[in-house]
Amino acid sequence: MDDIQEILEDFLIEAFELIEQLDQDLVELESNPEDLELLNSIFRVAHTVKGSSSFLSFDVLTKLTHHMEDVLNKARKGELKLTEDVMDVVLESIDMMKTLLFCIRDYGNDTEIGMDLTDIIARLDAISSGDELPSSNNESKEKPKEEIKEESKEEVKEEAKEEEPSEEDYSNMSDEEVEAEIERLLKEKKAETKKKKEAKKASAPKSTPKPSSSPAPKKATKSAATPAKKQASTLEQTIRVEVNRLDHLMNLIGELVLGKNRLLKIYDDVEERYEGEKFLEELNQVVSAISLVTTDLQIAVMKTRMLPIAKVFNKFPRMVRDLSRELGKSIELKISGEETELDKSIVEEIGDPLVHIIRNSCDHGIEDPETREAMGKPGTGLVELKAYNEGNSIVIEITDDGKGLDADMLRSKCIQKGIITEREADSMSDKEAFALIFKPGFSTAETVSNVSGRGVGMDVVKTNIEKLNGIIEIDSEVGRGTIIKMKIPLTLAIIQALLVGAQEEYYAIPLASVSETVRISLDEIYTVEGRNVLRLRDEVLSLVRLSDIFGVKQVYESSEYTYVVVIGLAEQKLGIIVDTLVGQEETVIKSMGDYLQGINGIAGATIRGDGGVTLIVDVASLMDMAKGLKVDIREKMQSEQKKKTEPSDYTVLVVDDSKMDRNIMKKSMEPIGVKTIEASNGQEALNMLKSGEHDIDVILIDIEMPRMDGYTLASEIRKYSRYKNLPLIAVTSRTSKADRLRGVESGMTEYITKPYSPEYLENVVRKNTNLLAE
Amino acid sequence: MSDKLNQIFQKQQKQIDEPNKTDEDIVQLVGFIVGEEEYAIPILNVVEIIKPIDYTRVPSVPEYVLGVFNIRGNVIPLIDLRRKFNLPPINNTPDTRYIVMKGENNTAGFVIDRLTEAIRINQNRIDPPPETIATDKGMIYGIGKREDSMLTILKVEALLKRDF
Repeated sequence: MDDIQEILEDFLIEAFELIEQLDQDLVELESNPEDLELLNSIFRVAHTVKGSSSFLSFDVLTKLTHHMEDVLNKARKGELKLTEDVMDVVLESIDMMKTLLFCIRDYGNDTEIGMDLTDIIARLDAISSGDELPSSNNESKEKPKEEIKEESKEEVKEEAKEEEPSEEDYSNMSDEEVEAEIERLLKEKKAETKKKKEAKKASAPKSTPKPSSSPAPKKATKSAATPAKKQASTLEQTIRVEVNRLDHLMNLIGELVLGKNRLLKIYDDVEERYEGEKFLEELNQVVSAISLVTTDLQIAVMKTRMLPIAKVFNKFPRMVRDLSRELGKSIELKISGEETELDKSIVEEIGDPLVHIIRNSCDHGIEDPETREAMGKPGTGLVELKAYNEGNSIVIEITDDGKGLDADMLRSKCIQKGIITEREADSMSDKEAFALIFKPGFSTAETVSNVSGRGVGMDVVKTNIEKLNGIIEIDSEVGRGTIIKMKIPLTLAIIQALLVGAQEEYYAIPLASVSETVRISLDEIYTVEGRNVLRLRDEVLSLVRLSDIFGVKQVYESSEYTYVVVIGLAEQKLGIIVDTLVGQEETVIKSMGDYLQGINGIAGATIRGDGGVTLIVDVASLMDMAKGLKVDIREKMQSEQKKKTEPSDYTVLVVDDSKMDRNIMKKSMEPIGVKTIEASNGQEALNMLKSGEHDIDVILIDIEMPRMDGYTLASEIRKYSRYKNLPLIAVTSRTSKADRLRGVESGMTEYITKPYSPEYLENVVRKNTNLLAE
Repeated sequence: MSDKLNQIFQKQQKQIDEPNKTDEDIVQLVGFIVGEEEYAIPILNVVEIIKPIDYTRVPSVPEYVLGVFNIRGNVIPLIDLRRKFNLPPINNTPDTRYIVMKGENNTAGFVIDRLTEAIRINQNRIDPPPETIATDKGMIYGIGKREDSMLTILKVEALLKRDF
């Protein structure tokens, strides 16, 4: 029983693969009816499905495919010319075949949906016998109609005679067949099976269920090789793997990449501390080897998940053909780059948006043949579908030579529908106007047809593409056509990101959306209508601060210069002011769970090399958030630099484990009049600094302390960019040169050795706070 | 052979069943302090309890969601129970802990002031919450009565439900 089930599954997988190829071939055949190779391969599909289904006793399917086979066999032998009308019937029968296969997949039999075949079979028969065809007169050039009729009728009879007994034989044989199959599947002893089959062939030669002319080796088909025309001769070395397993593998690789990042970070730290030591060399080798292998592994696993985009593209020739028949237009679809590969999950997601766009191009873009000819264009409209790689992403371009988008028409339409205001419309560039078709509730078609134009299509396209972190661009010219360009990352799970810092927080921006980074001075920021803009070459760029968008606490003053990250999505661009640029890093996107799903501006999180979590920016929603933000950046940035004038505005932190030492230091500083606070060890001091409760200007640090010593404290403090220039003064009884050197290494600004005179300490503190004695 | 096996299975089944019969009404809880009061949650919802570690702030969320943190490769939210219960925030003390709780389809860490103990309490010692406070977003499962104190038992699903 299980073996039958297994065979059934094999049959279904194989049948669906065959059908996919079939649609493509049939449409190609229509434009190229003489191609014998194509005809043969189509015939083989019908034949294989017939053979397998009769073996599995799906009678309805067998009957249908049997009649299809008749027609195709005629065509193959050149006795029947495939006109459009013939094709319509053939395509319809193939659709029914698909429905039946789906039925088998879902219910395990082909009778569940109770499909009525009489009509289609009658029509198929009519074709194969040459009867009652509307365009039967151009059926054949060489032979008069009458002759064909008779001949083909005879043929049918003959063939029926031939077929029927052989089929009966087949069902008689089925027990043995099943046995043989089970044998083969269970033991997989090829040689043995072969012998048996040979023996069987010898004893029952009629069981070979095909006309001798058919080149399709059915046995070969059964043994897992896909009989695509190119592979027919060379058996490809493939195995089928469940997608779940690949997904699992990908997740594991993700973890490995995180581990690798972590290792690299640790190596950097170790290198800093033990520079020149011999073991570093070895460690370096291991780390680079692991990092290299991880990257290779990642690419390799990514490749196993890659599918050619042909998987999606293949259904479009048929779709465009049907559409053009339905709409009464003449449309040619040109496909290129279908061998371009994409991650499976993206291939699955990309199908629907493409269907929408191509339908739109056919329905709204391409005009009637009459209109086209009146405009001096060829009567046949052209829709081009192109895919190619560009860096780390793949670009899919849909071009039509139809009527194009009219920017003014789009504007007025949107005002009319209340999607935008008149003011917005006036300040809108043509490119921005084109993007209006992606707004929810927009539809340019005056009448709603069943092809497209329910007004839901294009905004779904946009959300789908954005979900994939993709970018859409539209370009159009009235009367000349439209180009829609989609840029999609190759894979979803692991992305390249630019790490930026806003104050003390870090964010990762997907590199695919970053077009450039620039360093500007505050003077270059202008304010136009309450919005901050930057002139970048010929463009005027809106500016926002990342810390304003995400409400980051302002902890340290900004310098005169700042960094701008220019991000682009669709045709929109935006400059984001960040405080630091950290660099590019490979990030593995992790979900933050249901609880934090859909936070504005955040797409997910990733784990950094140090084990910390960094949030990944959702560029699309970030742009929306930026629109509603009105902050005068310059004013704000300048006002933050509050002035300190009085000595009492200054705070000095004294870190020492001995109470007496702390008091001596405090006493020494009394003449200056600064505020002093105390900490008894490094850990405590660091926590005080981190909490941001006090605005500390100078720190006096003892070296020998419990929990965290002075050196560690200093180097910890220097890790924070805002404390890069904070004066750290070591006050210690360690006087050796090595100690002083270590002090400098860990980031101390001054080094005072005990015992010291109160005046000396006072002067050092004065110097470092610029509070010089009068 | 199979008889023997069956016997062993039956024996084991009995062993599994029997203690359950006596333990059926016992609820096991983990107790902790937030502010002045003692709260508890079912022990089976606790994934682990850790000392405070660094977390990353998440923008545009209520104040009581402190951010997210990394626990063995998973990114999970961190919620401050003091702020959630409208208590004034305090700095971490050496007793501060994160309790990681797991619900049906959510996991989150919660900041608590101090752990108390694992508690076994009989089901019939748990009263439903008084009606006056039952409206409080339904976070309270019941009130556990103990010899010398009262215990507020929280609903983990309600704690893990996003309410913003």
